Amino acid sequence: MADIDVSGGDSGHKKGPGVKKAKKLSTRVDMTPMVDLGFLLITFFIFTTTMSTPTTMGLIMPKDEKDPKDLTEVKESAALTVMLGKGDQVYYYMGQLKSDGSNFLSTNFKDVRKVIQDKKAEVMKNHYHDPGCEKIWAKNGGDQNSCKDKDFVVVIKPNEEATYKNSVDILDEMTINDVKRFALVDITSDENLLVKATEQRNGVK
Amino acid sequence: MTPFVDVAFLILSFFMLATKFKPPEPVEITTPTSVSADRLKQQDAVHVELDKAGKVIFRVNVQNENDESKSIKKNIIQNVNKARNLGLSETEMNNFVKNTIVGVPFSKLKSYLAAPEGQRMKSLEGIPVLDSANNELATWVASAYNAFQGKKLNFMIKGDNNAKYPSFKGVIEAMRKNDIYKYQLITDPEGVPSGTDLYKLQQKPKA
Repeated sequence: MADIDVSGGDSGHKKGPGVKKAKKLSTRVDMTPMVDLGFLLITFFIFTTTMSTPTTMGLIMPKDEKDPKDLTEVKESAALTVMLGKGDQVYYYMGQLKSDGSNFLSTNFKDVRKVIQDKKAEVMKNHYHDPGCEKIWAKNGGDQNSCKDKDFVVVIKPNEEATYKNSVDILDEMTINDVKRFALVDITSDENLLVKATEQRNGVK
Repeated sequence: MTPFVDVAFLILSFFMLATKFKPPEPVEITTPTSVSADRLKQQDAVHVELDKAGKVIFRVNVQNENDESKSIKKNIIQNVNKARNLGLSETEMNNFVKNTIVGVPFSKLKSYLAAPEGQRMKSLEGIPVLDSANNELATWVASAYNAFQGKKLNFMIKGDNNAKYPSFKGVIEAMRKNDIYKYQLITDPEGVPSGTDLYKLQQKPKA
């Protein structure tokens, strides 16, 4: 370890017979305890500290509208309903749920992004020209393309077996895909029955 | 071995300087991740925590501990006491001011606050939120909201990955009853997946 060379330049220098060599005192310091303590402290700091500061995700919920007249109307062609079940499974349908459940589809959290993106692209393709909206956007220096997806609405319905992580993930998915309108709504019993039936069929635990 | 020890001490100094101590947590919570980049700030906030079993814990976090914050905390517990007719004693209320973590129903609040601080954490059973007619968290939120009158108060929800949706809904419901529609969810950071709309928005140079 760290030590100072004290041998001097006498290595090649021979002393005469009978001359006793002076006993050299070692200048080495045993560093093992210090190193031990060092590692102990490292372990301590690793365990007691947080590296990344947590972030916060803003969530704004809509006001409770008691008057049915004030309820937000949603275009059927631009609505996507996403239901969350157990086992990190996602179920969705476009527009309104058909009575025979033929448009009820299942997916997972990895593929739901594609579903949202496709639906958004479809809504943007089918948008109708709205000069009023474009005027407002132009005045605020906004992107006129933003008017194209203003009808797009995602309705999120977690059932009682969905976890908090699922809810946050799907809300995060809204941010990732820049969905401006979404709502967190209670699941209806019909939808929940369909979710349960599909879960049973697919053997989701 | 010398370089090895050198590196070890370098790491040690890095950890000592670069890190903050974990704040004490009543229960262990693993938060989900989100792409949000807003850092959690030190601010006056009401924290509602959901542990993995869905138990709800209420906590008041103030930016600066001083006499004013103490009187606000006192105000909260007085409001609760009045609203629910709990008959809390002065000592019990002062115990709340010292440690604002509450995770029991009102029926057990008196004995909870009377217990020494060390023993309290063992008996957390959560504030009932599932019954919408008697959402006890709503009373806590209302009391805090009134006590912080005139000051900016943030509402934070920190949930565990495995908490079930009904408890989260109960928390939202408690906020809604108090006309609070804006709150923050505490999450861990996560990268924005490339190719998505948000990614494109972030890549766009700001005009």
